[in-house]
Amino acid sequence: MIEFLFSYETLRLAWWALLGVLLVGFAAMDGFDMGVGALLPFVAKTDIERRVAINTVGPVWEGNQVWFILGGGAIFAAWPALYALSFSGFYLAMFLVLAALILRPVGFKYRSKKPDPAWRARWDWALFIGGAVPALIFGVAIGNTLQGVPFHFTPDLRPIYEGNLFGLLNPLALFCGLVSLVMIVMHGAAWLAFKADGIVSLRAKAFGFWAALLTAILFALGGVLVWSGLLGGYSVTSAIVWDGPSNPLGKTVVADGAAWLANFRAHPLLWAVPGLGVAAPLLAAIGFKAGSEGLTFLASKLAVAAIIATVGVAMFPILLPSSSNPAHSLTVFDASSSRATLRNMLVVTAIFMPVVLAYTAWVYRVLWGKVSERSVEEAGHSAY
Amino acid sequence: MVDPLLVELSRLQFALTALYHFLFVPLTLGLSILIAMMETVYVMTRRPIWRDMTKFWGVLFGINFVLGVATGITMEFQFGMNWAYYSHYVGDVFGAPLAIEGLMAFFLEATFVGLFFFGWDRLSPRAHLIVTWLMALGTNLSALWILVANGWMQNPVGAAFNPETMRMEVTDFMAVIFNPVAQAKFVHTVSAGYVCGATFMLGVSGWYLLRGRHIELAKRSFVIASAFGLASALSVVVLGDESGYALTDNQKMKLAAIEAMWKTEPAPAAFTAIGIPSLKDRETHFAIHIPWVMGLIGTRSIDTPIPGIEELVAKAEQRIRSGVLAYDALEKIKANRNDGVARAAFAEHSADMGYALLLKQYLPDPRQASEQQIKDAAWSTVPGVPWLFFGFRLMVLCGFVLIVVFALSLWHTAREQEAPRWLFRMALLALPLPWLAIEIGWFVAEFGRQPWIIEGVLPTFLATSELGAWNLMLTIAGFTLLYGTLAVIEVRLLLAAIRKGPEIAAVIDAAAPGRSQPALQPAE
Repeated sequence: MIEFLFSYETLRLAWWALLGVLLVGFAAMDGFDMGVGALLPFVAKTDIERRVAINTVGPVWEGNQVWFILGGGAIFAAWPALYALSFSGFYLAMFLVLAALILRPVGFKYRSKKPDPAWRARWDWALFIGGAVPALIFGVAIGNTLQGVPFHFTPDLRPIYEGNLFGLLNPLALFCGLVSLVMIVMHGAAWLAFKADGIVSLRAKAFGFWAALLTAILFALGGVLVWSGLLGGYSVTSAIVWDGPSNPLGKTVVADGAAWLANFRAHPLLWAVPGLGVAAPLLAAIGFKAGSEGLTFLASKLAVAAIIATVGVAMFPILLPSSSNPAHSLTVFDASSSRATLRNMLVVTAIFMPVVLAYTAWVYRVLWGKVSERSVEEAGHSAY
Repeated sequence: MVDPLLVELSRLQFALTALYHFLFVPLTLGLSILIAMMETVYVMTRRPIWRDMTKFWGVLFGINFVLGVATGITMEFQFGMNWAYYSHYVGDVFGAPLAIEGLMAFFLEATFVGLFFFGWDRLSPRAHLIVTWLMALGTNLSALWILVANGWMQNPVGAAFNPETMRMEVTDFMAVIFNPVAQAKFVHTVSAGYVCGATFMLGVSGWYLLRGRHIELAKRSFVIASAFGLASALSVVVLGDESGYALTDNQKMKLAAIEAMWKTEPAPAAFTAIGIPSLKDRETHFAIHIPWVMGLIGTRSIDTPIPGIEELVAKAEQRIRSGVLAYDALEKIKANRNDGVARAAFAEHSADMGYALLLKQYLPDPRQASEQQIKDAAWSTVPGVPWLFFGFRLMVLCGFVLIVVFALSLWHTAREQEAPRWLFRMALLALPLPWLAIEIGWFVAEFGRQPWIIEGVLPTFLATSELGAWNLMLTIAGFTLLYGTLAVIEVRLLLAAIRKGPEIAAVIDAAAPGRSQPALQPAE
């Protein structure tokens, strides 16, 4: 049993799944903070309304952001080649994400330090950028990943990226960025509807309804693009050695417009995942209209998870296809860390992830209840 | 061949963003513990002044903390962005402590820091105290894992090169975690952070005491800061980073460079208090020696010799020659995976392969190197001696001055009489010292590691991403603009919060006639 559990093959599949868990964790947890940032100028007009919106995430954004940091660290530890290639390849895009994400914590913390309206308006912009820009760029990155990006390895396995920023900003990738943005806006709206009181919650419901509807429609449209072969597709044509060394030069891969559907065709049950990616946002849209806030937020979470999982399931076992040298594409079976590292990290994760989830749940319970204009005013300087 | 400009820009960006990040981290480390101690006193005595102190220093902590968090994101991502080959080459080993840091430490710290600020009315005092301690624990654990990662760059234990995957892979995870260099660095760095927090508290309290404001809060804070600061400052010295310097060739080289010790001396070596080291003449002019001290610092013994630079260079030359054999064997293995002779040769020499890679600064294939290139490469393992020599001395000087400051503060506050005003002025003047010492300390540690990014394994100039240098110029400009603006805003907010003082202060000041001051006073 232990032998099976810790076989290289199982470990690689486990870390592929955990990569998904971390990305979903990031989008579901940090996603609603970013959504609140992106919605801030629209759902909250006056200063006190903005403070209500900001204070719904005030005590939790720091913890949520760790999903992002951990995501980076875990990709580094478990998929070093993926970390090396994606971060250096999407270089300037990553810098924009970084700049936006640096503005966000500072915006949360510093906005309330001065009553000056101009000061606060500037930080509101910072929070808007910190929410909207990463949401958009992460989607663009996913779009590029689906299409394949131009890179190759030297015989020493030095990764060489051949593209540039403008290559990343192609229409299809921007379309994926839009899907990501409306998804995050839906999620932020669902959180605000759930956690804020009064006018902010009402406006969030109105925005959330349209965002959820758009998420379902655009995601389905993305499915059509994949169907038509426009959004790429690559398939491994050589025999897969699941427990071979992590060297991405030993296989053959071809571009194949139908490849991203192959897993679904082979295992029709998997259609449930993209099915949920359409159904869950629709459910959220109904929830926004019906005013059942808890259910809406759950549906929104489910939508985020299903949409991200769809990408992973469609591409499996490929992680990052190369458009210029498909054979050098990174896959689950040849881009991971060593067996020892995957095993060590799995043990650490199995011990600490439940602990993290437990205390995070406790913190959310302590903070349970709606944030209203009155509660913010009463909290004084303890609140943002 | 890698573009040298790209390498220099990548190094510059890392240095700038890491040094900037570490302006905030040590204060976070120190203040988190100090705040937790104050709140503990509050929960034990239930005297509101201690709660006010916790909250007041908490406000300053928060302003600083958030920039540490924001700039930390850059650190986590910069390896992949600017150092792609490094990330591929050592990610199997180096990535793990970073990921564990997120999982075990940063989650703890970041989840509870929100509750620290927002939980005062939602939690019982006891529960809030636990939250505060968990936050402080997370902060310190975070430093542990980052220094496990950094310690591995200085002393890459528990890993070996795998020719199948062309990268370093972990062979002994426990050795990576319990790396003695990492342990020494952790204690040294965390203690330095405590000194930073204590100096900050001492300086701000000293300013209040000079101005006669918030006396109750400032007096108590001053006492705590001086006691905690003295203990921490002593621990920084006693548990100094150099305890790990006897371990590897590069660490020995760093030590010899810090000492500007060109030739091996009989044990126990003398400490060069001051002098002018010359790279050109390969000797230190006008040196004043203190007998025995260096041997004691470097080896913690009186009979272990410390090798000098020239001896270490000779050893590096041997290792380069051995490394070339490893490189040759690796090329043969790449051509024929089943070449048993080559595999045996590789196994014998692979520990030196990094040294052969040093030759890649002159030519693509280390096997073609000339005698002169091998000699040059051996001398390239000597880091910038004068920089390290003077940097180290400045750092140590800052440390000893701080010990004196804390000792005098503790001595005067422990006595019954009113403490003299010069004491508070001195505390205020000492404010920049810990930051100066800490930044220099990182400079000595990392600049002293050159030419290696991973000691003996991978030279820095090979480790970058393949980017156009203009990309780096753009992001360096961007970071400078963003970080510069944020630094100005942060310092202003800190000063404003200090001038405003604790929220309860008005009541206490009003009770002391003639002592209350208007809320906004210009800083001295």
